[in-house]
Formats: sequence, structure tokens, C-alpha cells
Amino acid sequence: MILAEHDGKKLNDVVFNAIGAAEIWGGSIDLLIIGKGIDELVNQASKIDSVDKIIKFDAPHLEHLLAEDAANIISEIGQDYRVILAPHTWFSRNILPRVAALLDVSMISDVLKINGDNTYIRSTYAGNVHATLKSDEPIQVLTVHSSKFKAVGLNGNALIVDSKAPEPLNLSRWEKERKIESDRPPLINAKVVISGGRSLGSAKKFNEVLAPLADKLEAAIGATRAAVDAGYAPNEIQVGQTGVVVAPELYIAIGVSGANQHIYGMKDSRVVVAINNDPDATIFQFADYGLVADLFEAVPEMATLVSKT
Amino acid sequence: MKILVAIKRVQDYNIKVQPKSDGSDVDMEGVKMGVNPFDENAIEEAIRLKEKGVASEIVGVSIGSSLNQDVLRQGLAMGVDKAILVETDKVLQPLAIAKLLKKVVEKEKPDLILLGKLALDSDAGQTGQMLAGLLNCSQGTFASSIEIKDSEVFITREIDGGTESIVTKLPVVLTADLRLNEPRFVKLPNLMMARKKSIETIKADDLGVDISSKLKTISVSEPPPRKEGIKVKDIKELLQKLNDIEGIKI
Ligand SMILES: Cc1cc2nc3c(=O)[nH]c(=O)nc-3n(C[C@H](O)[C@H](O)[C@H](O)COP(=O)(O)OP(=O)(O)OC[C@H]3O[C@@H](n4cnc5c(N)ncnc54)[C@H](O)[C@@H]3O)c2cc1C
Ligand SMILES: Nc1ncnc2c1ncn2[C@@H]1O[C@H](COP(=O)(O)O)[C@@H](O)[C@H]1O
Repeated sequence: MILAEHDGKKLNDVVFNAIGAAEIWGGSIDLLIIGKGIDELVNQASKIDSVDKIIKFDAPHLEHLLAEDAANIISEIGQDYRVILAPHTWFSRNILPRVAALLDVSMISDVLKINGDNTYIRSTYAGNVHATLKSDEPIQVLTVHSSKFKAVGLNGNALIVDSKAPEPLNLSRWEKERKIESDRPPLINAKVVISGGRSLGSAKKFNEVLAPLADKLEAAIGATRAAVDAGYAPNEIQVGQTGVVVAPELYIAIGVSGANQHIYGMKDSRVVVAINNDPDATIFQFADYGLVADLFEAVPEMATLVSKT
Repeated sequence: MKILVAIKRVQDYNIKVQPKSDGSDVDMEGVKMGVNPFDENAIEEAIRLKEKGVASEIVGVSIGSSLNQDVLRQGLAMGVDKAILVETDKVLQPLAIAKLLKKVVEKEKPDLILLGKLALDSDAGQTGQMLAGLLNCSQGTFASSIEIKDSEVFITREIDGGTESIVTKLPVVLTADLRLNEPRFVKLPNLMMARKKSIETIKADDLGVDISSKLKTISVSEPPPRKEGIKVKDIKELLQKLNDIEGIKI
């Protein structure tokens, strides 16, 4: 069973990768979609490859899904499954450990590789160590590192099963949500990401220097924690261990030193470019192409020379 | 109101932990250890709630070997009132930690339970949610702000692409994000004083929970290295390389 995340209208792209990961077991795959007014979404999802059944829970109190209610549903139906899997996002990370505890099984977070015999590779110690684990649990509960698994396509024909939602637990209530509105692609699945660090010096500079290049490259903008803490960039765009993990085609790190915790969030990018004026900056060890230069000169130059508009 | 804070002892955040040469485990020999950074935020928040008069007592708990006394003392020095060590030499999975913490919660009966959102060694981020599940109580994870009014807890949570506000009942398990607060520095006299305080020690085996795990580490290794990069002399060369070698047309 795969826990799907969505915004009420559309599934998050990483769900397709999670389904790709589940194919490794070779069994039948059910997709669990919980929400309110999700008929349209479920119809679209029924076309996803490899999915046998969509299990739908549609009720007013499930619109803004609370961990307590979600875990209640999943642990109830989850007893009949061998595997419960989701993409490693903050959404699933809030819910699945609670599910695992209710099922009295261990959970494996942020899996990089799945071997069929319930062995897994995941990273630990802030990404500095890879561990191979074996789980003898009757139910495997895990989140997967989406970029490591191939996304499935849309040529399927799944059965839709409508289920009756249990009563709300009323342990918590949802108040409001604040998401950043942006014309740029979302960080988590952008093809190109450019990230800026503390060295940008101010919120104004951060935007002035990075925006023209991001516009040209149709890129998402990311930031280091130092840049976020200094107030140059909003929380939501922090890349790294405490923020978002990205794996774009092209990642450009601008005035970023390359701390462990930042590397954690971008090291799976296909091509990494670093621009830094310190030739010994750690970031160069993780970059395919390094340019030792003053960012305030190099970035505007790059924005001018890039031909794509 | 009583608060329980879970304090884990982990490697210093600047340190790159390495696998042992035989790949059996990580090499922790001589590695600088301390309080898990997110747990420092949890402790700080508890202290601020006490300073505001919302909380009356803060109990700190750490699970591990007797070495964990140092992180408990760090907590005491920051302002924790009472420290409990649940002693075991076993390496435990988050589920086992959550089960042990549940026992301590049943004994201490806190209204608010604060953990870090993630431990720097396990990279798991599971324990808080598991504990809330085992206790069948509310949870508020990845909290960047916490307010308590009329026995309701108002939490701002960090979510994908933004934040979310929820309200929960007590008791509740909360996990702290780095943004929750700025942990205070411990003054040396406080640390000296904390050395003299006693730490209640409970043997994990005496708590009567099954802490064995069906999840085992078989081996550890260094992550595969990235292929060595090159330096380019200017933007022109960079764009040309991206185009010619990587097929990125920009
Ligand atoms: C528990 C924990 C979790 C963390 N999580 C994260 C996380 O998720 N994400 C994250 O990013 N950080 C995280 N951090 C913080 C991390 O350790 C670093 O402090 C941070 O990433 C550094 O940001 P920076 O590279 O912008 O700043 P600095 O380290 O100050 O680096 C600035 C860089 O800019 C270069 N520079 C300066 N001027 C110029 C110029 N004119 N032109 C070109 N280059 C220039 C410098 O040479 C330097 O390399 C975390 C820390 C902790 C303790
Ligand atoms: N051995 C431990 N002792 C005390 N608290 C712990 C221990 N292990 C985990 N925790 C708590 O659980 C949080 C999350 O840990 P983890 O689930 O391992 O990422 C930590 O930040 C601590 O607050």
C-alpha cells in the first residue's frame, strides 16, 4: 500500500516514484488516497501504471489530514498489507512513524535502495554513512528517497474502492496553512535549482542577484540555513537536512560553503555547479563544475550569457 | 503543568562520522558528543514555558549508557529540574526508545512531551510520532512555534512548501524544529552546579518492555563518492561544458 499525498486536485509527483519503488516487491499495489471531494483526483489516479486498486477515503474531516486520523485509518487497513510505503516528505514523515507504532513494527526512513529480500540501504549520520539494514517485521513500513526511484507512467486502469471513513478522533484541529506563492517551479521537483548562501548579504541582494538567472533558467530558488536565518530568504526554500531535499538535473550553489547539512539536501542532483570565491570551499568537493569567482560578478554575467529565455 | 523533554546524545554536528574499516559499524572512537541540536530547542522551549509561568516542572530523560549523564547535565545546566537516565548498552531503534519513553511518561505523567524532530545519528525522525501513537494522544511535529492557552496547544508546523497551524489537546507530544527558538548558552557556573545534581537512573531492563528489534544493521559503508569535478575558468567555459558534456542546453 502506498500513501498518496496531494493538494485535493493533483497528486504530488513524488508519489509516482514511490509506486516505482513498490514495483520491486512484484506484488499487487494499492494506492491510498485520503481527502475531501477527491473524485476527480481519484479518477486521474486510476490511470497510473502498476496500481491495482485505489482505496479512497472521502470525508469532510479529512480535508486537512491530521496525523492522528490518518494513522488511525492506515493502521486499521494496513494490517492486511506486507508493505506500507510513502515518499520521504514532511507529509509522510508526520504520519507513517505513528502508523508503525500502532502496528508495533519498526520503520525505515528515507530508503535509497530496496532489495527484494527486505534489505535496504539508507543514509545515516547526517548523510555521511550508508547503512544496509534487514527487517524481519511482518509489515514493512518505509519512506523512500524519491529521486532514487523511477517514476511510473499513466497507462494503467485501477479499480476504485470507496471506503467509509471512521469518525474523527478530535485530538487536534486544523486552523490554517500558509504556502508561499511563487511563479517559479516548486523546489521539490524543479529541473533546475539555484541556491544562495549567507554571502548574498541581504534579502534585497539575494533577490536582485538570483532572480534574473532563475528567470532565464526557469529555475527554483533555494537557500542555505544561514541565508534563511539571516532573513534573506523564507524558511520554505531552505535546502538540506532541515529543509527540502532536491535532486534536479542542474543545481547551482552560489556563495554556499558546503556544510554537511546542506550537502544532504542536494547531493543527488545530476549536475552540480558551485560558484564561490574561496578555492578551498568544501562545496567544490561536491561540484562537477567549480568556478572560483566573486558571485556578484559571475552570476549577473551568467544571467546575461544564458541564451534560454 | 509538567513537561518531559527527551534528550539524545549524538555526535557533534560538525563531525563527519566514518564507518569502521570492516564495515561492521561506525567508528565513534574519540568523536565529540553532545546534546542532539533539535533536543536543545526542545529543552529551550520547555524552559521558556516555565519562565512564562505556564510550566512548573521540567523533567529531562535520556536513554543510553552511563555516558549519557553528560547530556542530562547539560540539560540541568540549561534549566531542567530533574534528570532521568534510562540505562542500557543496547543500540535501540526509535520504536524501542518510544516504548521506553512511554513507560517514563506513565510514571511521570507530564502534560507536554517535547522531543527533537530528528536525531543527527539515526536521521530517522520517528520517535516523537511513535510515542504519540503508543500513548494514543495528540501530536504536533516539526514545531516552529508553540503557545499554550486554556489547556489548548497552538502549534505552527513546518510542512512541505510552507507552514500549518494546528490546535491540540493536552497531553501532546511535540517535536522541535530548529526554528522554534535559539537555545541559550550554558554558563560555566551553571554547568558546575549541574554536576552536583543527582540523576535518577532506571535500568531499561526493569521497565518490562520488549526492546528487541526485528530491524538490524548488517553493514555500514561510506556513501559512493561523486565523480571528481573540474574547475572552469569563467562563465563562458562553464556554459560550454554544461552544453557539450552534460547536454544541458542553456
Ligand atoms: C542541526 C543542524 C541542521 C542544519 N540544517 C541545515 C540545512 O538544512 N540546510 C543548510 O543549508 N544548512 C543547515 N545547517 C547549517 C549549516 O551547518 C551551515 O551553517 C550553513 O549551511 C552555512 O550556510 P552558508 O553556506 O550560506 O554560509 P557560510 O558557511 O558562511 O558560507 C558562505 C560561503 O560564501 C562564500 N562567499 C563569500 N563571499 C562570496 C562572494 N562575494 N562570492 C562568492 N562566494 C562568496 C564563502 O567563501 C563561503 O564559502 C544546519 C545546522 C545544524 C546544526
Ligand atoms: N536514546 C534517546 N534518548 C532520549 N531521547 C531520544 C533518544 N532517541 C531519540 N530520542 C528523542 O527522539 C527524537 C527523534 O529521534 P529519532 O527518531 O531517532 O530521529 C530525538 O530528537 C530525541 O528527542
